[in-house]
Amino acid sequence: MKFIKEKHPLVMRWTHWVNFPILAIMIWSGLLIYWANDVYTVTIFGHTFVRFFPEWFYKALHIPSRLAEGMAFHFLFMWFFALNGLFYVLYTILSGEWRLLVPNRRSFKEAWLVLLHDLHIRKTVPPQKKYNAAQRIAYTAIIFMGFGSLVTGLAIYKPVQLYWLVWLCGGYSFARILHFILTIGYVLFFIIHVVQVILAGWNNFRSVISGFEVVESEKGAPEK
Amino acid sequence: MKKIKRPRAPLTIEQKIARRNLISFGTFFVLGGAAFGGWKWLLNSPKEEAGITGGAHKPLRRALNKTELFFRQLFSDNHLVRTYPKSRAAQRVRENSHIGMRDPGFKPEDWRLLVTGADGRQLRLTIDDIKALPRTEIVYDFKCVEGWDQIQHWAGVRMVDFIRHFQLEESAKKKYMGLETPDGKYYVGVDRESALHPQTILAYEMNDRPLSDGHGAPLRLIIPVKYGIKNLKRIGTMTFSDERPRDYWAEQGYDYYSGL
Repeated sequence: MKFIKEKHPLVMRWTHWVNFPILAIMIWSGLLIYWANDVYTVTIFGHTFVRFFPEWFYKALHIPSRLAEGMAFHFLFMWFFALNGLFYVLYTILSGEWRLLVPNRRSFKEAWLVLLHDLHIRKTVPPQKKYNAAQRIAYTAIIFMGFGSLVTGLAIYKPVQLYWLVWLCGGYSFARILHFILTIGYVLFFIIHVVQVILAGWNNFRSVISGFEVVESEKGAPEK
Repeated sequence: MKKIKRPRAPLTIEQKIARRNLISFGTFFVLGGAAFGGWKWLLNSPKEEAGITGGAHKPLRRALNKTELFFRQLFSDNHLVRTYPKSRAAQRVRENSHIGMRDPGFKPEDWRLLVTGADGRQLRLTIDDIKALPRTEIVYDFKCVEGWDQIQHWAGVRMVDFIRHFQLEESAKKKYMGLETPDGKYYVGVDRESALHPQTILAYEMNDRPLSDGHGAPLRLIIPVKYGIKNLKRIGTMTFSDERPRDYWAEQGYDYYSGL
């Protein structure tokens, strides 16, 4: 028999879908800014493995010579990014939802088992509540990353007035590097996230829009 | 006539699912569409009319100005840019722009700083007039709006000392200071608080030598609470006003304040 199982509260769904386009705009406008001093590479023993970014990449996205525009967009949407994130964090704390989200003692060991399962090396997964151990770690880490983007961003934005933030970030240039790395982190997160969502299927995806999952159960209505 | 209340049959599970899906997906697509429409509107929003500021989308310029007001509350004379020992200063100092310094007729020996006070009183100062004032040095991390930074060593007279010495205190009560190159091709406006910040310097030396032409000889602005774009080279004129003076990069879509 089919049952409706409540999964994601409205605030979580709302902030998730608001964050998605805002973060996309922040990354895009961030690229417009980064282009003006695009010095980062991955270089080991004098060999450059990755250059951020190659010319074809900029051209394809129409990035070059739009620094002023990038800053204008970045300094508007930073407000929405921060407020939406703050709203989510406050809700998660006050509602008690954090208990289902933050990693616990077992999570780090279990996350390994989840990974082995996802890679089809192991057949079973550890029992879980709303999120599995790997999700707990990933979804908590991404919040800290967002917070890190705010802190490093503010340090770059007002380095004299917020000199203590610059100190906390290890200096002005390092704050800019961290800000950049966090952005790369979002992109990697996004790729893995989308793949996982596709693999998890429709029922799971729908729950992030409509809030519930449909479960088959013989015994009766499942507990929430 | 009395209406007969017919007890509505409870929704089946399938109906409940269909109904909640309809509501949530409907809302999702309507709001998503609205957000997309809003984004398109912003992308295609008209450019501001060219004036003191220019080149930015109108709504974005409004946001920049509002954001300036918010972050100006953080400003304090007690917030100082970090300074470094001289040994950390770059020997090859980056030279990013020569706008306003391409006038072939410019003769350094004829240079004067023309200061126009708020009362209309004018001063014509030679570089020696300025060098006669107490000399202040600063070694700090210069920051360019492009995103690079470099530790640099400058020396000159603090703006506050300059204002006091030439009795420009009344003029300096105006909200803005305007600076322009002698040919008027590069120009900046600086808010009063930033101009009078204790680390703002009218610099005539770099790395203990007189300024080179490329770095703005004979006198340039060094203002650590602003991006490089406000650090005008080869200052020709200084004015004071309550309105924003014209500003080269603010006309090109950049934030007028550009404060750090």
